[in-house]
Amino acid sequence: MHYSALSVFLQGLRGHKGWQRMWRAPQPKAEYDVIIIGGGGHGLATAYYLAKEHGITNVAVIEKGWIGSGNVGRNTTIFRSNYMFPANTHFYEKGMKLWERLEQDFNFNAMVSQRGVINLFHSDPQRDAFARRGNAMRLAGVDAEFLSPAQLKEMVPILDFENARFPIQGGLIQKRGGTIRHDAVAWGYARGADSRGVDILQNCEVKDILIEGGAVVGVETSKGQIRARKVGMAVAGHTTQIAKMAGIELPVESHVLQAFVSEGIKPLLDTVVTFGAGHFYISQSDKGGLVFGGDLDGYNSYAQRGNLPMMEHVMAGGMAIMPAIGRVRLLRHWGGIMDMSFDGSPFICKTGVDGLYLNGGWCYGGFKATPASGWCYAHTIAKDAPHRLNEKFTIERFREGRMIDEKGVGPNPWIQ
Amino acid sequence: MHRIDCPWCGTRDEAEFQYQGDATVVRPDPDASEEAFFRYVYLRENPKGWHTEWWHHVGGCRQWVKVVRNTLTHEIFATGRAQEDLPLPGTRAKPRRRTRPKQ
Ligand SMILES: Cc1cc2nc3c(=O)[nH]c(=O)nc-3n(C[C@H](O)[C@H](O)[C@H](O)COP(=O)(O)OP(=O)(O)OC[C@H]3O[C@@H](n4cnc5c(N)ncnc54)[C@H](O)[C@@H]3O)c2cc1C
Ligand SMILES: [Zn+2]
Repeated sequence: MHYSALSVFLQGLRGHKGWQRMWRAPQPKAEYDVIIIGGGGHGLATAYYLAKEHGITNVAVIEKGWIGSGNVGRNTTIFRSNYMFPANTHFYEKGMKLWERLEQDFNFNAMVSQRGVINLFHSDPQRDAFARRGNAMRLAGVDAEFLSPAQLKEMVPILDFENARFPIQGGLIQKRGGTIRHDAVAWGYARGADSRGVDILQNCEVKDILIEGGAVVGVETSKGQIRARKVGMAVAGHTTQIAKMAGIELPVESHVLQAFVSEGIKPLLDTVVTFGAGHFYISQSDKGGLVFGGDLDGYNSYAQRGNLPMMEHVMAGGMAIMPAIGRVRLLRHWGGIMDMSFDGSPFICKTGVDGLYLNGGWCYGGFKATPASGWCYAHTIAKDAPHRLNEKFTIERFREGRMIDEKGVGPNPWIQ
Repeated sequence: MHRIDCPWCGTRDEAEFQYQGDATVVRPDPDASEEAFFRYVYLRENPKGWHTEWWHHVGGCRQWVKVVRNTLTHEIFATGRAQEDLPLPGTRAKPRRRTRPKQ
């Protein structure tokens, strides 16, 4: 069923009784051409692009809970492509371009809002670092603009420019960045994949990966054995758990990241702002809630909830740049499990097992990557070879000393 | 909130500590293979369950405390000094050491 203004109008005449389910609930087949483990944003996008770009439609996405129950439905919805290292810049810019056309492409309203992402800076060295980043982006064809305090004051008047400890000296803006309705991304990709023949198998947990003679032959699930000659992992926070089933060890640890939403208030912020002297990022949803987050809790965790010390730390970051929010009440908060890689960059690659592919290590920034990740992963699986855009995101890069350490903090994921 | 029982200071809030990662990794001998160093720097067990780890009591005595904590429930089973071998719950065995390749 194609969604359009006309379909809404016609359904209105019939009391909205004719809308169909957005995807089926099929029984697993005995065998598929490709199995994707994990029905998050990346797994669903991969299935969508396998079907759409490569004509591979005999595909199953196997999800242990319901689709969107993982990080794709837990993030703070920010997208941007303001990276500095070439491997990242071009990859995330591909994502940006796909986001810009996504809603027309999959015929679903994902509320893609290019409201801009502003990174504040608070010192002279930080200004230089941001100028360098902006220049690197522009050299790669990505938009970046420098904002003076006067320009910033006009755009975001509620900032505390005179903060004694962290005075705001300006910002770097990527105007094409912004926010997206995260659940709608999962639903749109699921609907698009399903309508092309992909089976989305929910409440089905992968328990083991079946390997014969060095090649993958399928998976063992809570609903029985399902066979396939190609299996792609895309389980975010559980990446090491799944990889272990195939005997693959990874430089990845699981850590919890929290997100927060305030009560709904009148329009206060029409862009995304990040604090440069601490880790704090904030936007306002269309419902009026302030959506914000900060650092990882900072210890290994598989619990989808965090602790109070980090909440306090995040709130302190918010108060340092926007004291006006101090009396707004917090409505909701939750946590998600991040697959923190040891250089902060992801994996989209082949593994040592024939027909088994890896997508993971997204850390806390993988939502923005969703379309590019699915697009590149589908290519890698279909062609059994990486695309130019993801050829550097290998497991071997650590052994070879070719880490993509954008932040340069060393192999300590809890301080990434 | 984790409440960590520091062997020197007593039970204190998590906020006084800085996490320092997996305490089962052991630095290889200086002349060990490159492979051994690769594993030491980059590979971790990342268990879903009991994890033996370091918490640095930066806001207290500044000692490194060894902690056995559950990564799924955040429950703390045992704490001790750096040299102590803390058993995992339900086992009388020593905390799991990662197997290192022969050098
Ligand atoms: C609080 C928070 C804020 C964030 N903010 C941002 C942000 O502003 N911008 C940004 O770009 N990124 C952000 N991220 C990161 C981003 O959400 C993740 O990197 C990204 O969503 C991970 O990919 P995914 O969508 O495929 O993961 P998920 O949605 O987690 O999908 C993985 C799926 O695999 C399933 N699974 C696991 N094990 C199995 C199994 N054995 N069998 C079957 N299925 C299994 C899980 O149930 C899950 O549904 C944030 C994350 C969190 C938690
Ligand atoms: Zn102490």
